[in-house]
Amino acid sequence: GPLLERRLMDVRLRELPLWVTTRDFSPQALLRGAQRAWDSYYNKYINVKKGGPAGVSMLLAGYCFLSYAWNYQHIKRYRWRKYH
Amino acid sequence: MLSRLVLRAAPAALRSLPPPVTVGVLHATRPLHTSKQHLAPLPPLPEKGGEVRHGLIPEEFFQFLYPKTGVTGPYMLGTGLILYFLSKEIYVVNHETVAAVCILSILIYGIKKFGPDVAAFADKLNEEKLAKAQAVKNESIEGLEAAIEQEKKEQWRVEGRSYLFDAKRNNIAMLLEANYRERLLTVYNEVKKRLDYQVAMQNLKRQKEQDHMIQWVEKSVVQSITPQQQKESIAKCILDLKALSKTAQ
Repeated sequence: GPLLERRLMDVRLRELPLWVTTRDFSPQALLRGAQRAWDSYYNKYINVKKGGPAGVSMLLAGYCFLSYAWNYQHIKRYRWRKYH
Repeated sequence: MLSRLVLRAAPAALRSLPPPVTVGVLHATRPLHTSKQHLAPLPPLPEKGGEVRHGLIPEEFFQFLYPKTGVTGPYMLGTGLILYFLSKEIYVVNHETVAAVCILSILIYGIKKFGPDVAAFADKLNEEKLAKAQAVKNESIEGLEAAIEQEKKEQWRVEGRSYLFDAKRNNIAMLLEANYRERLLTVYNEVKKRLDYQVAMQNLKRQKEQDHMIQWVEKSVVQSITPQQQKESIAKCILDLKALSKTAQ
């Protein structure tokens, strides 16, 4: 179909920059996108009858990863070896 | 199982992922009533969540790599990545690593050991809630069915209307008959009383006339007896008596 309505996974690699320019990057659209992402994650992993540790543990793992990434410049100073 | 507790405890906290500053913007722009109305009851929650391996990596990732690398692909990728991060010290081993290892081991031990019990407990709570709702629904259904039975019975009773009215008509006819006969009797009695009166009057009159006539006749007879006739009659009586006494002796 037309480029505008395809989702990310259906876009070919060479059309990716063009596709990115067609997206709407206003704050409302970003918020809507974030809300939809959260809703799909929530409904898939948390809003079920018999959930498990998976739903929350993935969020915690993501949090750990993000906080490590944001503090990487500071942690880099405590390496054990200078040359790798 | 943790998610079950989280679901019960603080869904609001998890839902408010967008920053609170832009909540107003979000409400203003969220489209309302765009999907067609769901008049039927909401679809039930799915039984199990999406598959996740080792609690961290969704199953879709393994399926994504399976055609090209087979079953061990993702594990090789994971091992390679870990070794790469460690050797190049993109991941630095420090005190936080030790803390993370301790925390993670305790967490995993706790989850493995107490997970099923907590899950059963949360399930039991859910079941009780559902059972209560079901009980309410069943009660109202039973109440309504009983009302339907009552209604059918009333409809059946309506068919007996004709008998009821016949009986009532009979009652009224009997009442009228009884009343009529009472009045007839009253009329008869009244008329009889008046006729008896007339008869009694006539009898009385005749009797009075008779008495009066007898008295008058007696009085005139007594008056007509002169004293001389009296003496003669007495002398005759004495002679008669003497004659009688003689024959008797």
